[in-house]
This record gives sequence, structure tokens and C-alpha cells, in this order.
Amino acid sequence: MTEEIIIAGFGGQGVLSLGKILAYSAIMQNQEVSWFPSYGPEMRGGTANVTVILSDERISSPILHVYDTAILLNQQSLDKFEESVKPGGVLLYDSNGLVRMPERTDINIYRVDAADASAKMDSTKAFNMIVLGGYLKIKPIVQLENVYKGLEKSIPARYSHLLELNKKAIEIGQEIVTKER
Amino acid sequence: MKELRLMKGNEAVAEGAIRAGADGYFGYPITPQSEVMEYLMAQQPEKRTGMVVLQAESEVAAINMVYGGASTGKKVMTSSSSPGMSLMQEGVSYLAGAELPCLLLNVARGGPGLGTIQPAQADYFQSVKGGGHGDYNLIVLAPSSVQEMFDFAFLGFELAFKYRNPVLILSDGLIGQMMEKVELCEQMPRTTYFDRSWTLTGKPDGQERNIVTSLDLDASRQEIHNQHLQEKYRKCKETEVRYELIDTDDAEYLFVAYGSSARICQKAIQLGRGEGIKIGLLRPITLWPFPAKPLVELAPKMKGILSVEQSAGQMVEDVRLSVGCGVHIEHYGRMGGMIPTPEQVLENLKKLLITK
Repeated sequence: MTEEIIIAGFGGQGVLSLGKILAYSAIMQNQEVSWFPSYGPEMRGGTANVTVILSDERISSPILHVYDTAILLNQQSLDKFEESVKPGGVLLYDSNGLVRMPERTDINIYRVDAADASAKMDSTKAFNMIVLGGYLKIKPIVQLENVYKGLEKSIPARYSHLLELNKKAIEIGQEIVTKER
Repeated sequence: MKELRLMKGNEAVAEGAIRAGADGYFGYPITPQSEVMEYLMAQQPEKRTGMVVLQAESEVAAINMVYGGASTGKKVMTSSSSPGMSLMQEGVSYLAGAELPCLLLNVARGGPGLGTIQPAQADYFQSVKGGGHGDYNLIVLAPSSVQEMFDFAFLGFELAFKYRNPVLILSDGLIGQMMEKVELCEQMPRTTYFDRSWTLTGKPDGQERNIVTSLDLDASRQEIHNQHLQEKYRKCKETEVRYELIDTDDAEYLFVAYGSSARICQKAIQLGRGEGIKIGLLRPITLWPFPAKPLVELAPKMKGILSVEQSAGQMVEDVRLSVGCGVHIEHYGRMGGMIPTPEQVLENLKKLLITK
């Protein structure tokens, strides 16, 4: 099994940490991982993206131009990466603030309105974990118990009280994700 | 039980330095390697092992602090990225001339000049051919994974003291910034190397004072010193060549690539083999000494060789020098911080070696 993922959105949405938690979860179940972030000027001026690869085998290139899954969380990211999903692959997006929706018909498109849901939870910081929940519902490639272990590893000790909130957010994401086509 | 962690390359090399028993780190921040010093400061190694971590006022100061520390036989290091490495080159030449062991790290970015902050491999000439003046060589290690960033801190110090020579880890922004699984080994005791035959640790009674210098006003003595250096480099060339072969057994085409480019080439090999093109990879782990011998052995079996680098073509010169005429050798690369995709690499192999 190899899963090649791009996660892209605004800086501050938790795109990089979403990728990191996914990577940690895969390590917990003894898989190989790579995580390569955008660290260039784009990170300083708005959009951020990270390429995450999970695999049972040694990972070759940590950067790619086509992906099994694209998790796209703003308009720029959707415009930039929609074409990069492999035919038959998965595109997961949040419709918040979008003026142009995904258009491709040869891929599986899912929507998770995480921005709305996190506002309802009164915790915009839970946004990325709602997205993660949505992704794991579509592709349960890492077991939830390993995600929780990954969360414990990657959340600094001073925020450990937020663990329950994050677990709740993952559950909500699993509930609200919908397949569009 | 083995200790597994998810780490950035920059963090792994810093943790490696602490665990290898380094005595001191002196550096100045620059993207994309700032996490090296950030991590070291956060770890407070002065409490873990007694290791000193100091932010110098400039790269020039940092490399001269390394010179001072190394003169006393301590395990010392610095790190920077391309423009910062250029600033250090005078000191690097002095370190090599004075035969001082130390570990240098370049997490390279796009150049020339201040260039960009994205990954590049255009510092090959500077690293391998001598970025400073005079006849000298660095031992140059090229990690292509986060694990190797950790491991090469150990290997780097080992080789530096074995040959009393600066060792450079030539990495790039991709390997420095990416996170992978790393298996950590145990802490080595921080034991200061105490060879009193050359270190400056105070003159013992009944022994001549040691002098560490790269200056000799007598040209005939300088020549003898240089001959000694060349003899040392020759021994190093004989024994320290390191490389990895991937899928070369049945290969008809060969990539030569190091660091992050080697990773991209591995994916291009998978894609190519899916189309029935038999490609292999020779990955130099030591860029100096360059793995000329295995390349010479492989070359006659190949229909063509493609040197893949994120540069305008620097290592390809060593590939050509090693192999000579008779084999079709080309270069493919992108520059200035752009990273080629595996698809682009494969496409260019076809274009440059097969359809041409």
C-alpha cells in the first residue's frame, strides 16, 4: 500500500500539522512516511501545502506532481492542484469561500464543510482535525487508535487538554463528509 | 528498544551531533537550515551532555570559532546554507591547511548570490573542487534521507578525526526540511579527543609546544606540507569511497544522482520500468572521494548515463572524467530552487538518451 497525498490551504489552517499527525499515525502502525512542506515565500504570504506519503515500502521521491488524494482547503489550492489528482483518485475539499467548485468527472469528489463545523464547535482550531476525520472516513488507511497515539505524540504537553477536543473533531469530520460524485 | 522519531532532516542532524558527543556548535541562522540551531538551543545540550551551542555574530565568526575549538581537539561543527557557506570559505581553507578536524553542514539553496530559499544542488563545485583557495579537499558526504542526516553526524566526526580534515555534509533544502522516520542510536559519551601530539591544550612539561597554523613563509617547507596533504587525500580516496547501487543488475540506462535528486530518480526508475525501460541508479554517498571505480565498471554495460542534479550540470563533469569517451553521457537538471518531478526526469532520459 502506498498513499500519496497533497494537503493545501491557507497558512494558519493547520495544513502542515494535519500532515504531521497523519505521518505520526502511520509511524505508529509501522509504516514508512515522508512529509515535505512548502517552506518558501508562499508560506510567508498566504498559502501552505505539504506532500505526505505513507507506504509499506521504502519511499522514493518525497515530492510528486500527481497524487492519490488531494485535500484542498481554499480556492487557490483547488485551482492549483485539482488537475494533479490521479484519475480515479480522491479530491476532498471544504466549500467555504469557494466561488468555483471542483469540476473534474474522472475522480471521486468529497466535501467536508469543516470551517462551518468548527465554527459551530466554537473552536476554529479544530478545523484541521475535522478535515482529517473526513479523510479517514473516505480512506481508513490509518487506524483511529494510531491517530490518537499520533496526536498525543505531536501535540505539545502544554496542550494535552485539547486531546479530547481533537478526538471529537475527528468524529464530527467522519459524520459530515459527503460524496458529491 | 529502538527509538523511532518523526523528524526534519535539520533536526535529525542536530540530534545526531548531540548523540555523537559533539563539544560545540557555532552558527548563524539562514533558511533553509535554521532548524539546526533552533533545535540545538531548544534541546539545551549544555544540560544533556555539556555541549556548547553559540549563535555567532556572522558566518565568518562562526567558522573561526570552529577553527579555535578544533585547534584544542574538540569535536566542533557549524552549519549554514549556500550564501553563508560562501562567507565561510576562507576559514574552510585555513581549517584544511592546518589539518583541523571539524564537521560542516551545507543545507543548500538556489544560487548564485542570495538566490532563493528553495532546494538546489549547485554548490557541488564549491564543496568538491575547493570553495576556498589552495590545493585541498574536503571529505564530502551527501545524505539522501533524514536517517542519513542523523547517521552522517556520527560518520562525519569519525572521518574528520581519522584524517584530521574538515568533513562537509552537503545536503539541500529538501532533505533538510522534509520529515521522515528516524531510528536513533544511543548517546555516545562526550569524550574530548586528547591527542597531545598536535592539539593546543597547554604545553606539557618536557614536550615541545604544538603549533596549529596554515602559514609557512618557507616555500620549500610549504611544499612538503602540501605533499603530505596530497598523500593523505590519496589514502582517503583509496578507502573512503561510499555509494549505493539501485536496480543496476539488469539496467541498460543509468542515473547518477545524489541527495534529493537520488530520491526523485528512484521514483523515475519505477515509472520507467513500468514502461519497460530498464534503468538503474548509482548514488554517490561520498561526493569526494567520488565513486569513479564503480562507475567505470558499470558504464560499458549501459546504453547511456544521465547525471541528474538540481544544477546546470556540475557532477556530470566528474561522471565524464571517470568514464571517459565511448559512453553516451548527458545531464538533466533544474535550477534556482526548482525541483524536477520524477516524470520530468524520465521524460528527459527518453529525450536525451533514447530518442536522440
